Parts: sequence; C-alpha cells; structure tokens
Amino acid sequence: MITQWFFTHVDRRGGIAIALLVAIAFLVPLSNLLLPETSPLHIPTYLVSLIGKYLTYALLAVALDLVWGFCGILSLGHGAFFALGGYAMGMYLMRQIGPRGVYADPVLPDFMVFLNWKELPWFWHGFDNFWFAALMVVLVPGALAFGFGWLAFRSRVTGVYLSIITQALTYALLLAFFRNDMGFGGNNGLTDFKDILGFNIQAGTTRSMLFAATALFLALAVFVSSFIIRSKLGKVLVGVRDAESRMRFLGYRVDRYKLFVWTISAMMAGIAGALYVPQVGIINPSEFEPANSIEAVIWVAVGGRGTIIGPIIGAVLVNFGKTYFTAAFPEIWLFALGALFIIVTLFLPKGILGLYGSWKTKLADHAARKKDSAPPPVAAENVHLPEPQAAE
Amino acid sequence: MKAQDTLLYLDGVSVSFDGFRAINNLSLVLQAGEMRAIIGPNGAGKTTMMDIITGKTKPDAGDVYFNGEVDLTRHDEAEIALLGIGRKFQKPTVFESHTVEDNLVLALSGPRSAFSALFHKQSANEAERIEDILYTIRLNGKRDWLAANLSHGQKQWLEIGMLLAQDPKLLLVDEPVAGMTDAETAETAKLLREIAKTRSVLVVEHDMHFVRELDAKVTCLHEGSVLAEGSLDFVSNDQRVIEVYLGR
Ligand SMILES: Nc1ncnc2c1ncn2[C@@H]1O[C@H](COP(=O)(O)OP(=O)(O)O)[C@@H](O)[C@H]1O
Ligand SMILES: [Mg+2]
Repeated sequence: MITQWFFTHVDRRGGIAIALLVAIAFLVPLSNLLLPETSPLHIPTYLVSLIGKYLTYALLAVALDLVWGFCGILSLGHGAFFALGGYAMGMYLMRQIGPRGVYADPVLPDFMVFLNWKELPWFWHGFDNFWFAALMVVLVPGALAFGFGWLAFRSRVTGVYLSIITQALTYALLLAFFRNDMGFGGNNGLTDFKDILGFNIQAGTTRSMLFAATALFLALAVFVSSFIIRSKLGKVLVGVRDAESRMRFLGYRVDRYKLFVWTISAMMAGIAGALYVPQVGIINPSEFEPANSIEAVIWVAVGGRGTIIGPIIGAVLVNFGKTYFTAAFPEIWLFALGALFIIVTLFLPKGILGLYGSWKTKLADHAARKKDSAPPPVAAENVHLPEPQAAE
Repeated sequence: MKAQDTLLYLDGVSVSFDGFRAINNLSLVLQAGEMRAIIGPNGAGKTTMMDIITGKTKPDAGDVYFNGEVDLTRHDEAEIALLGIGRKFQKPTVFESHTVEDNLVLALSGPRSAFSALFHKQSANEAERIEDILYTIRLNGKRDWLAANLSHGQKQWLEIGMLLAQDPKLLLVDEPVAGMTDAETAETAKLLREIAKTRSVLVVEHDMHFVRELDAKVTCLHEGSVLAEGSLDFVSNDQRVIEVYLGR
C-alpha cells in the first residue's frame, strides 16, 4: 500500500536517491559512533559535519531547482532564504547559551550586553523555545517569499528583471544585517553556540544526529519535489516554464502557481539554512552575499537543472572541489568555478545528470529507429528542457 | 445591432502601437453557433483582433462583449479562457517537453486552482474524453510522444485538440493550415466544420481553397477595419478586396 502510494509520486531515480539518503542517515552516524577510530570504515566527526554541510547546500540546490529547473524562475537570491532560516535557528541557539555567555547575562546574548541593551528586542521573544524557532525557520523565509512573489508575479515580472530583483533582495538584507542596531549581532553574526535541545553542540553524537536530520530532510525534499513535479500542478509549472502565456490562455492563473512553488522553495531553503548553522557553528551577514546565491545556481547547473537529483550531485561535487581547491590552491578557486560554469553552460546544458539522460535517450532512440523510423516516445521526466529538434 | 443577442460583439474597437493604428474602429458581430472566416493581407490586424478578444491586448477604445453581457476588456487572459473562449495561435504553441497526452490533460476543462492541480487524479470521464480527442486529432498512436517530436502539421492538430479539450463556447483559430500539406488542409477543414456544429468558430486564414471548404460567412479585414463582409463569392468579387490583395 504505502510503497504503491510512494511510487506513484516518485520515479525510480527519485526512489533510489531517497533510499540512499535514508541509508546514509543511519550508516554515517553508526560508523562515526560505533566503529573504532582505527577502522578504515570509521568516519571522523569533522568529516561527518563537512558532509552534513554539503548536504544542507544540496537541500538549498533542490529548492532552487524546483523554481528554476521546473518553473523557469531564475532566482539569484535564494541564499537570502537560506540565511533567514539560519538566523532563526541561530537565535534559538543564542538563547540556549543563557548565563554561560562571556558577560553571563541570564537572558541577553553577549552582543546585546556589549551594545548596552537593557532588554531583549520583541522579535527575540519566543526563540528560547525550539519549536517556535523551528516554525520561524519556515515561516520567515516563506512569508518573505510570499510577499515578494505576490508583488513580482502579479505584475508579471519575469526573466532577467526578476533575477535582478532577487539579487537586490539578498543584497538589501546583507546590508541590513550588517547593522548593529538591527539586533542580529551585526558584522559578527551569531556564534559561540553551546547546545541544541539540551545536547552539547560540539559532541560527536549531536553532530551525527544533525547529520542524520540533514540527510532525512534532504530525502523529504526529494520526495516533496517529486510529488509536486509529478502532479498535474508540476505539469502546469513546466508548461509555465516553456510557454507561460499559453498557460494563461488555457485558463490557469500563472501567478498563483508560481507563488505556490516559490514559497515552498523558500521554505525548503530556510530549512537548509537552519540545518547548516548548528553544523558550522556560526551565522553572519556574509551568508546574504549575492555571490552565495550565484554559487547555488552553479551547483544546480552543474548537476542538471530540472532533474531534482542532479542539484544534489552538483552541490556536493562543487563543494568538495571548493574545499579541496581553497586548501590546495586558494588563488585559483574562483577561476576554476568560473571555468566550470562556462564549460557546463556551453557543453553540458543539462548538467551531469542531463548527460546521462541524453545518453540513455540516444540508446532508446537508436533502438526505436531500428524497429521503425519513428522518433522514440520519451517519458517526460527524463528530458525536461526543450531542445531544438532536428527536422524529421 | 445590440450586443444582447450575440455571442461576440466588437464595436468601434481601436488600438495603437506607438502611434500606429493596428485596429481602427473595428466592428464585428458573431452569432451563437456561427462559423466565420476572417481573411485579409498580412498586417491587417487579424491576430491583434484575437489578442483583444482574449485579453492579451487592451483596446484604446470601443466595446468588446461576450455572450451579450460580459465586457471582455475588464478580464485577463485566464478569466477569459474560463468564460469559454479558446484560442489556437498562429505559431503552433504546444508544450514541447510534455507528451501529447499531457498537453491534452493540461487543456482539459475542469478546476484550475493550484490546490486542485496538486492533488488531481484523472477520472474515468477525463480519460475517456482524452481518448476521444486523441482519436479525433489522429494522434492516438502518439500519445506518449513528446510534443517536440511531432511534425508541424501534427502540432497544429494537437493544438486544435487542446482547444477541444478546453470545451469552449467560442474557438479562435489563427491560421490553422499554415505549413500543412493539401491533404492535411482538407482534413483540417473537415474537422473545423465538424467542430462548428456544436460551437462558434472564428477562423483566420489566407488559404482561399481552405476558406472555400469551410463554407462560412467571410469577413475581410484591411488596415484594422472591416473592408467587406458576406459570402466568399461576394467578398472575393468586391473591387476593394481585389485591390487590397493584388496591391500586395
Ligand atoms: N505588440 C505589438 N507591438 C507593435 N506592433 C504590433 C504589435 N502587435 C501587432 N503589431 C502590428 O500591428 C499590425 C497588425 O498585426 P497582426 O494583427 O499580427 O496582423 P495579421 O495577423 O493580420 O497579419 C502589424 O503591422 C504589426 O506589426
Ligand atoms: Mg496574424
């Protein structure tokens, strides 16, 4: 029953990805916690957190793919939703420090004491409660996305113009969060976290649990994305991506569909940020940096937009590359990233997964042409981006 | 004439683009159940007229009424589509990365809200309607094909199928046989005549053979207004119509 329900909403590839993610959610913590350090299969804690961080990026990439790959909305500001989710979690973690801060104020975080504030600003109330904070992790990015999308989609801002204003959005937030009087720790952001849900945030067990939570949330995001894309709503979104005005003439309120997927995507990005912050131990305004949002676009492009799974591969690979390059050859990382983007755009328009997809399509095509001279029927989930078709 | 008893009523409609009058004091009336052919040289404003009816372009002046009472200038594309006006575009626009069947699923009349779409399950009735349409447009063997892989003529037919799926009261069909073979053209005329038995149809076309086969009243547009109206023979013998066509 449940498996049947599952497979009506997820294709084979999505099912495999979900199974793998659930598997590593259990295996990686087990290896870290149970195997002796001498074992070749032991994964050290630093690596658990590093991969965990990559998976939060992967979650951001899946969120971005939902709007860009399937609905044609190229957001250059998704990092803003990620950072807002991160700040919401950071505020909870700050409140957990309690009197253990440098200034030992029972309520006020250190930076507020330093600024001579006497009481907690109103928007910091409630964040001592984990579930309140968890709600804010999705509500704040969701509400911002909803308001922004409401204005932009209703007035039919599309294409480059929309991309530019998303970039402006994250830049505006960057400047705002830099200011001390915003009440989010200014330049330094939020850090020196002690514990989460009562567990020491530095402990190996906590780290492993955070990793497991990230992998499971990523699996959930793959499921939600697949559910959306395989529904009729998903077909409408792809229709909007390929021929927006045609969709209107069929009677669809395109702006509402966009608003729906845009808001869901922002919430996913918020969750990604919330999982990121406890694993890296800090959130500061640089997370709003426009370059971050652009990097996320590159992960999606490299992995393959419009594929759900591709962005995960792209995010993990590019960030492994980044970790390696910034340690080994720090000065060339940006050039490598730029070159990668150019190569992918020119030679791999559908990314790594698209390469695999088109190879499979070619084989199917070859087989079909052998049978009769007709072009092959191709299931829509394999090839999403319209390509110029050779005349028959 | 009054708007009340008509299906489509355009009166004194004008629209300018950067000072150029694409539609100039245009008046046109369509009765319920009527099929009408619109002819006219390139740039006469035929497509622009459809843009006005379907809410893509707002007229600068004039009245546009549907069903005798609905002021179309106050509605947007999606609302007008839901009122029952379907449109086939001059350049065939199907959803290329969807299968033939999914193109029809998207067009099929029914609830249009995002929520209903998210949890939509195809009913037996819907499946049957899609089956019928696939058969009508002769694409039943190609239901799983990506629309991108169809020939030009097949795309035109798929778009007509999408129109049928929408189940509109009025069909606006812009140059349906452009790029079709003679056999396909004849088939299309047959199909449109069939459709016109139960709905009103407005067809824009250049191809005179095709227009003759439609066997409908003809309106000739020129420079954004009606030049002549009547039977095809009457219109094609009109001195000004001959001049407009020969003068091209
Ligand atoms: N959006 C637009 N902006 C500027 N000019 C337009 C626009 N749409 C149509 N026109 C002009 O209006 C005239 C009528 O065009 P159109 O309705 O497409 O003619 P037809 O379909 O009869 O060939 C043409 O001269 C065209 O260039
Ligand atoms: Mg035209």
